[in-house]
Amino acid sequence: MSANTLIFIVIFIISIAFFGWSCYHRFRLVALGKSDNRFKDIAKRIWSVIYYPFAQRCTISHGYRFGINHAILFWAFMLLLIANTEFLLHGLAPDYISLSKLPAGAYHTLAWIFDIASIIALLAVCSAVIRRLVFPPSYIDAKSGDAFIILGLIATLMIAFFGMHGAEIAQGVEKAAGYMPISAFTGTIILGGMSAWALETAANVFWWIHAIVLLAFLNYLPYSKHMHILTSIPNCFFRSLEKVNTQPREEFAKGNIYGVERVDQFTWKDLFDSYSCTECGRCVDNCPAALTGKALEPKELIHNIKVNMLKNGPGFIQNKEPVLSLIGDDKEGSVSEEAIWDCTTCGACMEVCPVFIEHVPKIVDMRRDLVEMKAKFPPELLNFFENIEGRSNPWGIAPEKRTAWMEEAGAKPFEAGVTEYLFYVGCAGALDPRSRHVTVATAKVLNAAGVSWGVLGKEELCCGDSVRRLGNEYLFDVMAKKNVKLLKEKGVQKIIVQCPHGYNTLKNDYRQYGADFEIIHHAELINSLIEQGRLKFNGNGDFGKVVFHDSCYLGRYNSIYEQPRKVIAAVTNKEPAEMERNREKAFCCGGGGGRMWLEESVGDRIYVERTEQALKEEPDTICTCCPYCMTMFEDGLKDKDSEDSVRVLDLAEIVAAALE
Amino acid sequence: MIVVACVKQVPDTTQVKTDPVTGTLIREGVPFIVNPFDSPALEEALKLKDKYGFRVVVISMGPPNTEVTLKKALALGADDAVLLSDRVFGGADTLATSKVLAEAISKLSQEDEIAAVFCGRQSIDGDTAQVGAGIATRLGYTQLTLVDQIQELDLPIKKVKVRRKLEGRHEVVETPLPALITVVREINQPRYPTVPMRLMSGDSEVKLWNNSIMELPTELIGLEGSATQVRKIFSPERTEGEILGDGENNPDEAARLLIDAMLQKDIISI
Ligand code: SF4
Ligand code: SF4
Repeated sequence: MSANTLIFIVIFIISIAFFGWSCYHRFRLVALGKSDNRFKDIAKRIWSVIYYPFAQRCTISHGYRFGINHAILFWAFMLLLIANTEFLLHGLAPDYISLSKLPAGAYHTLAWIFDIASIIALLAVCSAVIRRLVFPPSYIDAKSGDAFIILGLIATLMIAFFGMHGAEIAQGVEKAAGYMPISAFTGTIILGGMSAWALETAANVFWWIHAIVLLAFLNYLPYSKHMHILTSIPNCFFRSLEKVNTQPREEFAKGNIYGVERVDQFTWKDLFDSYSCTECGRCVDNCPAALTGKALEPKELIHNIKVNMLKNGPGFIQNKEPVLSLIGDDKEGSVSEEAIWDCTTCGACMEVCPVFIEHVPKIVDMRRDLVEMKAKFPPELLNFFENIEGRSNPWGIAPEKRTAWMEEAGAKPFEAGVTEYLFYVGCAGALDPRSRHVTVATAKVLNAAGVSWGVLGKEELCCGDSVRRLGNEYLFDVMAKKNVKLLKEKGVQKIIVQCPHGYNTLKNDYRQYGADFEIIHHAELINSLIEQGRLKFNGNGDFGKVVFHDSCYLGRYNSIYEQPRKVIAAVTNKEPAEMERNREKAFCCGGGGGRMWLEESVGDRIYVERTEQALKEEPDTICTCCPYCMTMFEDGLKDKDSEDSVRVLDLAEIVAAALE
Repeated sequence: MIVVACVKQVPDTTQVKTDPVTGTLIREGVPFIVNPFDSPALEEALKLKDKYGFRVVVISMGPPNTEVTLKKALALGADDAVLLSDRVFGGADTLATSKVLAEAISKLSQEDEIAAVFCGRQSIDGDTAQVGAGIATRLGYTQLTLVDQIQELDLPIKKVKVRRKLEGRHEVVETPLPALITVVREINQPRYPTVPMRLMSGDSEVKLWNNSIMELPTELIGLEGSATQVRKIFSPERTEGEILGDGENNPDEAARLLIDAMLQKDIISI
């Protein structure tokens, strides 16, 4: 055994041991988290890994065109993983392991692949560097030292690869020289004139550079943002297979702890998420809070959870007290209360995150701690919670006022066995003067189509969506149980909901409470009524240019994108205009997640921002399907002095106005 | 030392209607709430507990279902809750009510010294603002009404300095303890119960003091001990003014009409 081999074996063992030690120390912290079963449906999970990371669907989705660069680098990296494994094994046992021992055909093919992959990787690294330096997008930390270290290491690795093989080719010892165009180029053009001794030295030096950089890269990974190289594929495997549109239930019993105050109260998956963030910044690029100058940045939030875990985790293992609070310490590794309340739970971050990090449940978990354990929340919420608790609506209006619209619309009480659908009107639909017009319009449409429907009138209760998203799970639990019981007692089976928040709560949240009603949003129902030919239009519905706004809880939360658009097209004979941010990437109106009931005092107003985006399309009508969006746009138009030239209509109002 | 907070359970007045024939409140099916003026009284007592470690006792006179309201007070952090409930207490006016409450407080004072008694400025159903004053008189405490700030509590010399909110001005007064303090809503923002406290209060007990414990002569309490009686409750007829638009269903139009009317009458100008 040569001295070189011996030295390499020693270095290799030390590196691998250190790498193992680093991984152990990082990953054992994940085990601090609470349990969460992420092993069900293995086949689907394997498919996720193939479809998202391996096909790189995660990086090139949602119009992030530069993601293609990552896809290229990823695939080059995957191929070179084989090359580098061979390189290391060859280094350990040069006489026994070598690609050149393969049959010539296979060897030549692999040599060609590795050579090409290496140059592609080098070019991808160069374009990444150029992008970061010359045209950096706002949502990434373009000048991050970490990124340049990693890119530098990869580039050095590639250059060393060509240097090493080039020198071997120049020495004439590489049998696959004809299949390694780039290495051959390096060998003949750059190293061509060197003496045999110089070539030998060059080959040796490049080999060592390659070896050391490779091992350094490996050991740097667990400490850098490129830890995602290790964690993102498993994170895709463990992703939530269903849309993250609900929150886990809590068990209320004495001695229990509610929400998350310490990082070890998150689930292990939450902690693993924090290791998987690639810092791509896509969440920030779509977050209404971050884009309007709030304290919340989803990327930062995940980063802070990670830092907190690294700081506190080792102590937690030894049952020590935290050294850094998860909530409210004004330091890296701590999330500010302000940021926790900034979130509209719009889900844009989760939608675009390439590695399926679940931000919203983490935020709601921290809200739960603040509300349920500490009763610490923005003062506006006190009234809100009390109104809901006392009168089951956000404004504290007397419940019998819920029937105020019924006479005008000819609404009748729901009767089991007689009425087919329960029309769950919702708090806004029943009590908010503007939304009551929507309710009347929906009723008119249902009547025109001959749908059999009835209402609960003053017995209807608030669904509790905002309460849950604001972290008051205790109150939500009471409300959900009451509602499910009421609906079952009434013999309800099918429910029409005109508010996306009520829709999502009845459909997804209440499932946890044993509800199995058929829930249908009025946009879905109207669309199917049109398809069945049950609605006739007079053809002169004059709405001018209609731009459609996707409500987060209808679109991202429940994938209802096309139905309302089809309805608009059917009524106006024209596809609706689209804002730049639409469908999966629609920008929140600012009203979700309980933000409807909170002041927005920092930065720009989210609703104004969204209204501006709508006004860019120069619409005559903004169409929404949600009472919150309705309020937000109407306020936004007033802010922009456009309330006289542009109107906001609910889909049902457009349909009702165009009925024959 | 004990701080007492008096609370009353009242019908949710936004949901109350009067019977046009009998002139009485229709209470059936109407939910009960804590008198909104009493929540800040309890909060102020709890703040003193947080600061000085006093024992907070919340008391209420009312029917047995008042227990719900008292449990809420326990969930907020009151140490004890006493419900004064007995058929013979029923039908009491403010005089008879304050006698029972005063008696209960003086019973409490046998357990420990009373630092202060907090009441809301008035109840939303009776609106008399007499019970606080009645208690103070019967106990011989100084009464400080309409307090919107406790400025100083000097325990060694047993003095309290408060700010009273009067029309157009404030008044700062100082008095020896124990004192009866009625508070205005601006004094604080009441707290919200944490879940562990709610769950704990669910199992904790509200002490029931009926008249066999209180031993008050029946001629002093209830209907018999009342100096006044409600004859009739009614909404007065509107004698002047007019209602503009339909604020409930069309607030925008109503607001416009109101602005026009005020412009016309020179109440506002552009
Ligand atoms: S849910 Fe919406 S508001 Fe909340 S962090 Fe994600 S993108 Fe931002
Ligand atoms: S959380 Fe997801 S979207 Fe946001 S920076 Fe990290 S990887 Fe990117």
